[in-house]
Amino acid sequence: MKSHEEIYNLLKEKFGDAIGQSITNLPVESFIEVSPLKIHEISYFLRDDNELLFDNLMLLSGLDDMNDKKVKQEDGSIADVPGTLSVVYHIESTSFRHKIVLKCSCPKDKPEVESVNSIWRSADWNEREAYDMFGIIFLNHPDLRRILMPYDWEHGFPLRKDYKNPEFYQGMKVPY
Amino acid sequence: MSDYSNLKTEEMVLNMGPQHPSTHGVLRLEIKLDGELIVEVKPHVGYLHRCFEKHCEAMTYPQIVPYVDRMDYLASMSNELGYAIAVERLMGIQVPERVEYIRVIMAELQRIASHMVALGTYGLDIGAFTPFLYLFADRERILSIFEETCGARLLYNYIWVGGLSHDLHPDFIRKAKEFVTYFRPKITELNNLLSYNKIFIERTANVGILPIETAINYGMTGPNLRASGLKWDLRRDDPYSIYDKFEFDIPVGKGWVGTLGDCWDRYFVRVLEMEQSLNILDQALAQIPDGDVTSAIPKRIKPAERQIYTRVENPRGELGYFIVSKGGLQPHRVKVRPPSFISLGLMNELCKGHLVADVIAILGSIDIVLGEVDR
Repeated sequence: MKSHEEIYNLLKEKFGDAIGQSITNLPVESFIEVSPLKIHEISYFLRDDNELLFDNLMLLSGLDDMNDKKVKQEDGSIADVPGTLSVVYHIESTSFRHKIVLKCSCPKDKPEVESVNSIWRSADWNEREAYDMFGIIFLNHPDLRRILMPYDWEHGFPLRKDYKNPEFYQGMKVPY
Repeated sequence: MSDYSNLKTEEMVLNMGPQHPSTHGVLRLEIKLDGELIVEVKPHVGYLHRCFEKHCEAMTYPQIVPYVDRMDYLASMSNELGYAIAVERLMGIQVPERVEYIRVIMAELQRIASHMVALGTYGLDIGAFTPFLYLFADRERILSIFEETCGARLLYNYIWVGGLSHDLHPDFIRKAKEFVTYFRPKITELNNLLSYNKIFIERTANVGILPIETAINYGMTGPNLRASGLKWDLRRDDPYSIYDKFEFDIPVGKGWVGTLGDCWDRYFVRVLEMEQSLNILDQALAQIPDGDVTSAIPKRIKPAERQIYTRVENPRGELGYFIVSKGGLQPHRVKVRPPSFISLGLMNELCKGHLVADVIAILGSIDIVLGEVDR
């Protein structure tokens, strides 16, 4: 069984810049920031390294960080800087009983994260849900479609904080 | 003799559901068939989607409790327990011992009631009508106990953050003990009636075999995972509440009548689990202390900026709540890990290569509740 710090140091040593800060917000959950385009490689290492053996992805969740900013530009006008969307991975090892939380953030205007579907198959539907609710694109996912919302839903991604209800759905006024 | 070699065959798509009695709710399965063999199963979910997670972001923490009831509506008590524990850990609340005992009693009664539905409807799917009636009649006894305690039969709003909505009624302990003594011999009756029935075994043994590596990789949890042979129970492996005080066994699949991890194993692990729940109930009902059940309920729930993932062992597997707080009265994000949602993702893997009639047997054996899949 390894502690959060040990795993962090191991990852930092192996992957260097792809690993960001380790946020330790004890007594509650600690997590490690990870580069969204390196997550596949890191996950592969986490699963197959003999000292780690993280074989179970408990939960993959999308998250809107709600950190949109308004920046005053040189000519005095105010421009919106879009915030970030995140994907949070809760992983555990059924043999060693240790757990780790990874978080990778991507900008809202280009929300691309590597899929980990080929490493933990439970990511398949979870990633589809994160796409459905937040519009996060999972690169190399074999079947990235909406899952809970209707397939023909065209009014954006409902769990984003800036989501607005559509005025009409299929010609019906909302609220009807 | 006629020559069939130049007969043309092609794949056929069969649509099952959303309105179909053995999909256990509104689930649509798109089944690709080659003759009678299954090539691919594509589940389509979302017919019951009501955006639980979006609702949560507009509610205060205590207001969410009635909503979590409505996810897995056959195991509302367990859902509430999970949510209450998650918020309590987020806030650092310690609840009185009596509350913990009552919660465990409720969760275990709920586990038995939920398994009764699972086993009863599974028999119904396979074609055995009688066990279904027996089990539902017994389940009614549990629901009556719940109804007398909190006024509702299915959606209780009983376990609150930091405590319970109110204490047990004076006759509760006697009635619960009575149920435990009454139900113990009923399990043997169920075994004689359904479990060892030859037709039932023929339909379920060696069908839908799930090897342990696949099960873990696909995130299978609960009875479905244990049926594949891994002794993994969150009540023991990631203890919460006061489960470490009780002695109970964790039944795992052994391939009793067929192969390890087949449908019959998944069925029988649930039967054995009911027995273990009765053991826990026996101990909890004997030890329950006195105390005030509402004393630790906070007046205002406003956690600091932090996040937490907690999980409990629901009748259907690992139910997790991932709660992110930004310091307000409402959560920033509540993400649920519903066990049925993850199990359903395995349908394709389990059904491939089986006959079309086996889809019903496999779907029933993984025991899903669509209210939880779609949230």
